[in-house]
Amino acid sequence: MTLVNAVVQGVLLGGMYALFATGLSLMFGVMRIVNLAHGDFAVFGAFFALVLVDSASLSPLVTLLIVVPGMAAFGYLLQRGLLQRAVVASPLPALLVTFGLSIVVQNLLLELFSADQRRLQIGSFETGSFQLTYDLAIGYFPAVVFAIAVALLVGLSLFLRRTQLGRLMRATSDDQETARLMGVDNRNMYALAAAIAFATVGLAGVLNGVQTNFSPASGPTLLIFAFEAVIIGGLGSLWGTLLGGIVLGVAQNVGAWIEPAQQVLAGHLVFLLVLALRPRGLLAKGAPA
Amino acid sequence: MTELVTIRRATTSTRVGGGLLALGVVALAMLPYVIVPSQVFRFIDLLVFVVLATMWNLLAGYGGMVSVGQQAYIGIGAYGLVYLADQLGVDAFLAVPLVAVVAAAVAIPVSFLAFRLVGGYFAIGTWVIAEVVRLLTVQVDDLGAGAGTSLRSLSDIDRDLRIAYTYWFALGLATVAVVATYLLIRSRLGIALTAIRDEPTAAASNGVEVTRVKRIVFVVSAAGCGAAGAILALSSLGVQPDSIYSVQWTAYMIFMVIIGGVGTLEGPIVGAVLFYVLREWLAQFGVIYLVVLGAVAIAITLFVPQGLWGAVSRGRLRLFAVGHTVRLPAEPSPTPPARRT
Repeated sequence: MTLVNAVVQGVLLGGMYALFATGLSLMFGVMRIVNLAHGDFAVFGAFFALVLVDSASLSPLVTLLIVVPGMAAFGYLLQRGLLQRAVVASPLPALLVTFGLSIVVQNLLLELFSADQRRLQIGSFETGSFQLTYDLAIGYFPAVVFAIAVALLVGLSLFLRRTQLGRLMRATSDDQETARLMGVDNRNMYALAAAIAFATVGLAGVLNGVQTNFSPASGPTLLIFAFEAVIIGGLGSLWGTLLGGIVLGVAQNVGAWIEPAQQVLAGHLVFLLVLALRPRGLLAKGAPA
Repeated sequence: MTELVTIRRATTSTRVGGGLLALGVVALAMLPYVIVPSQVFRFIDLLVFVVLATMWNLLAGYGGMVSVGQQAYIGIGAYGLVYLADQLGVDAFLAVPLVAVVAAAVAIPVSFLAFRLVGGYFAIGTWVIAEVVRLLTVQVDDLGAGAGTSLRSLSDIDRDLRIAYTYWFALGLATVAVVATYLLIRSRLGIALTAIRDEPTAAASNGVEVTRVKRIVFVVSAAGCGAAGAILALSSLGVQPDSIYSVQWTAYMIFMVIIGGVGTLEGPIVGAVLFYVLREWLAQFGVIYLVVLGAVAIAITLFVPQGLWGAVSRGRLRLFAVGHTVRLPAEPSPTPPARRT
């Protein structure tokens, strides 16, 4: 693998991380909840798809038609039923509840599916690639994931800026009390935001399950990568999230190019470097939190 | 008449409670003379849990910093002890306070990075730092790389004596951790912490040096977790990277503090004892036991946020004199209280 190849594959991998980061960023942006079970729910989505593949012999990509709405409905109910109670001024209850959820989801998956590594198979499309030069090829699947990530970020940005629902969501995020005075059902807004976030989590979980192995224990790593993408890019900036994902993906792949065992460590170190030098992220907006 | 009210910190319950706690420590210290070593050995875990719960409570309950990365210091403590004892020839027991200092020293630069994040992102940030510490540890061949290493320097000490010594060190550490937290909370720093937890901006505008106060708490908590890790290495005679740096330690700490009562000194002790008993009992159910722990932690957070100690004591019963009791004069004062105009 050449350095150029490592960078190109890293950029594409960054699309996957941006996809993971979107839901984390949205839930924090709208209801100030940092969902510590984010990665575990992504793994949950992947196992959901795996069950559908095994039982109804659907293609993993077709299962998205069920997994994504299913996760959205789950997110809506979870927010209404559980997380809404933890939305208070102090971040402590929400962190404790989502950390508890992380433990519950992870160990339930372990009990149901064992600790084995799994993969969602989509056949030749997953391994196919455009051969650009002799030693540089772009896989079809990573390219599609990158395109989906960009489309999702653009779509979400337009939704939040241009639609009535998106404006109501931002208004609720800015000032819950005033939004309620204006007749907005804040709890419904929060639950809708959670539904969108969980839909993206399901999407990311399934696509990740096609691209790489997963097991019930994969959740924390996915959460950490999503978080690093958000922080590197800068809080509150959707394009920052994409850039953050790309920086993380490139850092990991270049790290692996230098020393194969150091892929994850290289990503963490670049994250810490950004935290030390540009704590508000590469594309930070506005005043510090 | 110059003094209209008196403010007291000790109440009847804190005097009785403090006495009982002191008696409890003395009784626990006698334990190795009373029960067989294999039973004493099991109590070491309980004391380590008390230390960990007390340290996590200091961070989150008083300092408002939810860390998911305290396993970094547990690991540094355990590895530090093995390194000091086996490679540098320091007495293994004397190494316990030394590694606490090492953990504290690591926590100082870490705090500068971690404090750039707040709330939930601080939580994940500490987790990343713990992962970095783990990934760096497994690169070092002297520390056994990915396989971990065993503690050899205690191999010629008699087993029973070793267990008794480890137990006494664990008891000493638990006592120091609780008393140090008590003194910290009782001091001026404790008042600053409460102010920060309740409203950081207002605290800062009233002259509280928010970052400095939080850093002290962060470093003290790291020292305690480091010493607890050292005890773990002493009791298991070795260290294994995946288990010592496991985020499960944080899950245990959170569970103990939440179930006992966050933001009280008594809560973590109650939680540690409960967790210790529950763990023994639930272990037979395998993985499901963690599912139950998680579900219970969620339920307590949402429905009994003050924890079991808080629910039972209702803020009236205190074992530690950290509160303020305002006592009005016995007779109504001859001059009416000053009225605001």
